[in-house]
Amino acid sequence: MKHDMVTITIDGRKTSVPVGTTILAAAQQMGIHIPVLCHHPKLTVTGACRVCIVEIGGQPVTSCTAVAEEGMEVTTASPYIEGLRRDIVDLILSDHPYDCMVCERAGDCELQELAYKYSIRQPVFQGERRIYTKRDGNPFIERDMEKCILCGRCVKVCDEVQGVGAIDYAYKGFETKICPPFERDLDCEFCGQCIAVCPTGALVSKPSLGKGRKRNVNTVETVCPYCGCGCNITYDVVKNEVIRARSRQDTINEGWLCVKGKFGFSFINSPDRLTTPLIRKDGKLVPAGWDEALDLIGERLRKIRAADGPDAIAGLSSARCTNEENYLFQKLMRAGVGTNNVDHCARY
Amino acid sequence: MAEIENNDVLFVIGSNTKENHPIIAQRMIKAVRRGATLIIADPRRVPLVRHAGIWMQHRPGTDVALLNGMMHVILAEGLTDRAFIDERTEGFDEAFRKTVEEYTPEAASKITGVPKEKIIAAARAYGKGKRAGIYYTMGITQHSHGTDNVYAIANLALMTGNLGKESAGVNPLRGQNNVQGSSDMGCAPNVYPGYQRVTVPMVKERFEELWGVKLADRDGLMANEMLDGALAGKVKALYIMGENPVLSDPDTGHTTKALKALDFLIVQDIFLTETAELAHVVLPGTSFAEKVGTFTNTERRVQRVRRVVDAPGQARKDSLIIMEISLRLGYEMHYHHTEEIFHEIGRAWPAMAGMSYSRIDEEGGLQWPCPTPDHPGTQFLFKGGFPRGKARFTNVKYRPPVEVPDEEYPFVLTTGRLLFQYHTGGMTRREKAIEAVAGRPYVEINRQDAKALGVASGDKVKVTSRRGSITIPVHASLRPDRGVVFIPFHYREAAANVLTSSTAVDPICKIPELKVATVRVEKS
Repeated sequence: MKHDMVTITIDGRKTSVPVGTTILAAAQQMGIHIPVLCHHPKLTVTGACRVCIVEIGGQPVTSCTAVAEEGMEVTTASPYIEGLRRDIVDLILSDHPYDCMVCERAGDCELQELAYKYSIRQPVFQGERRIYTKRDGNPFIERDMEKCILCGRCVKVCDEVQGVGAIDYAYKGFETKICPPFERDLDCEFCGQCIAVCPTGALVSKPSLGKGRKRNVNTVETVCPYCGCGCNITYDVVKNEVIRARSRQDTINEGWLCVKGKFGFSFINSPDRLTTPLIRKDGKLVPAGWDEALDLIGERLRKIRAADGPDAIAGLSSARCTNEENYLFQKLMRAGVGTNNVDHCARY
Repeated sequence: MAEIENNDVLFVIGSNTKENHPIIAQRMIKAVRRGATLIIADPRRVPLVRHAGIWMQHRPGTDVALLNGMMHVILAEGLTDRAFIDERTEGFDEAFRKTVEEYTPEAASKITGVPKEKIIAAARAYGKGKRAGIYYTMGITQHSHGTDNVYAIANLALMTGNLGKESAGVNPLRGQNNVQGSSDMGCAPNVYPGYQRVTVPMVKERFEELWGVKLADRDGLMANEMLDGALAGKVKALYIMGENPVLSDPDTGHTTKALKALDFLIVQDIFLTETAELAHVVLPGTSFAEKVGTFTNTERRVQRVRRVVDAPGQARKDSLIIMEISLRLGYEMHYHHTEEIFHEIGRAWPAMAGMSYSRIDEEGGLQWPCPTPDHPGTQFLFKGGFPRGKARFTNVKYRPPVEVPDEEYPFVLTTGRLLFQYHTGGMTRREKAIEAVAGRPYVEINRQDAKALGVASGDKVKVTSRRGSITIPVHASLRPDRGVVFIPFHYREAAANVLTSSTAVDPICKIPELKVATVRVEKS
């Protein structure tokens, strides 16, 4: 056996992993599922939620923080462990609003899923609840801190991935909450990475509120229309309206978007969209039919070409259109009109 | 893009990456956290500076002097890659070295305003990097010497052997989703798809055969020449698809006058833009969300665009509109579905011949060149060599911008974009949430300059150049140095391009000097 590898046994199966591998990672590589709430594959380890506990030598240990050591015997699921996990989820739920029926994340909530798994109908533990009435006034991110389970994913993604650090833990003990400095309204890059990693309904997109959850929502994978990064976007669509933008983690942008990609899609369904051709008549642009507009274009361009030659006609194509459209546009100018007068705004 | 994480040195010059390419900036930050050195050269304290080891605040338009100054240090301290220079380059001769030698750190410091210690430190950091990548955008190119700037960057990379290997290179970051693709597709007056020159008879014959028609044999007009041609009465008709030059092009007054001089202007767009308002015929096209096709991103990755919603009203797919117009000009284009066009692109340009929609779907996009169906695509260029054989050093000297501050116009204006807004605002200015945080234009001005002018943030000032003037609120800030002001160009109500010049252009590629214009700022 090489020195940089260690062999451990998980649920009776032997595996060798590189030194430094966590039990959670080793189990995941073997296809063994361990529930998590604070762990996120793109972020550093937190070890806050305790849901990922496993049994090592009879002791409960959080598998996201425990590093594999030679000869370790790990049990990921036993009545003892499952009982502990159930209690942990139960405890979290004891300080969580029971409003799944109106929650934006219902059906897409990691906490709800664990409550379902452990069939927790009513929390056993009764006690004080955190009540936060103040709402954040920013226009992008709805922050419902009563639903926050203090997993810290948002704090980490803001710092580690986005390099901003707009939020952090504040106060201590039961009073602990995640907020911007001095509990002011959020004033950041509004990339929405925190929404993407939040396991519950604590952070959701404000412009999408009330527009649709999981049911009757179509999803389409495409590419962002803004800068040249080419981020992959998943749009949620209800009745021909885009209601939400997300991204998958297995894409070139690793699931991250920016404020424009995450929130800048309502122009698609804008009432300002052009819906009919317009022709200038008596100095004013008035609606016209397609045949009329296209025939007019054909006639005018043919006349100009006949009188002044094809080089009197020029075309500007678009860095916002597809390759296929751009190809056709230059083909139209070159083969259809007969000129090389074609350019686009790569310079601006 | 993933390669960025493995850079040990990142040199970002003329790019406000955190605001304009946020997802690439994330990768840069990741590299920094892994121990890479980030060097930034920018006249403004851009947000990424927070993560930088070295920030050089050079005066707008002095990039060549700065880069030559760095090369001077690299040469003097023997940080060049001799083997790379000998094997893979030419032109590293007496004349070139002599030019570089003129730019001592002291001389470069005098021109750029950057302390010589910083120039030396940056040169050493870059020169010692094993996987050093350079990243730039319009801050390098939008100058009357934009081509020289790019040559200087290429010289720096060649001198240190930072080309043709992983996590290195010279990386222009593309500002629009398909700038790469529309360039690849030959939407330029001198090249067919795949950068094949229209003036090479063999190339022309090949395209004549592919398209079944005789083709023009000389270069066409570039965008700015089209507008000049319109004013001169030579260009009579212009067909604009999905562009808004009234706001995006320099000198709005000039652009508007030129468009009005046309006999016939066709504008195809999704909104009635400032440009469409001047058209004779406006055609409702479709947005990216209403069609299928492909976009090519900044790393040459061709990716699928899918239909998300139905187009509104009678809006039509842009490809169908083009075919209808072509038909009426007596040249029939006929395609059953969009992928047929994609296959024809592969026949026109071998670098995309190995791609298909199903491969792109299965493999998460493909980076050209990808000449055959079993080719995996190409992660980085120039691995086996350069297209011209040996890469050439180009001897470039510092030339000042066309406009330099004087008594009448004492400030240097530079323009750009913001994180929250996009280009001429057709899309983002219709987003309520975005408008709530970034809905107003402003001129960013150094706090001390603001104080000297007797204005505070929120006060309105009149900014005047040789072209025109706008009235705009002040944002007093520490971002720009004294004597430099910045205006984002998204806002029609205070359009930055009223002030910029359409005549100050690069002699080779005709790119306008949008990053340097001199202005006067007065309390209004």
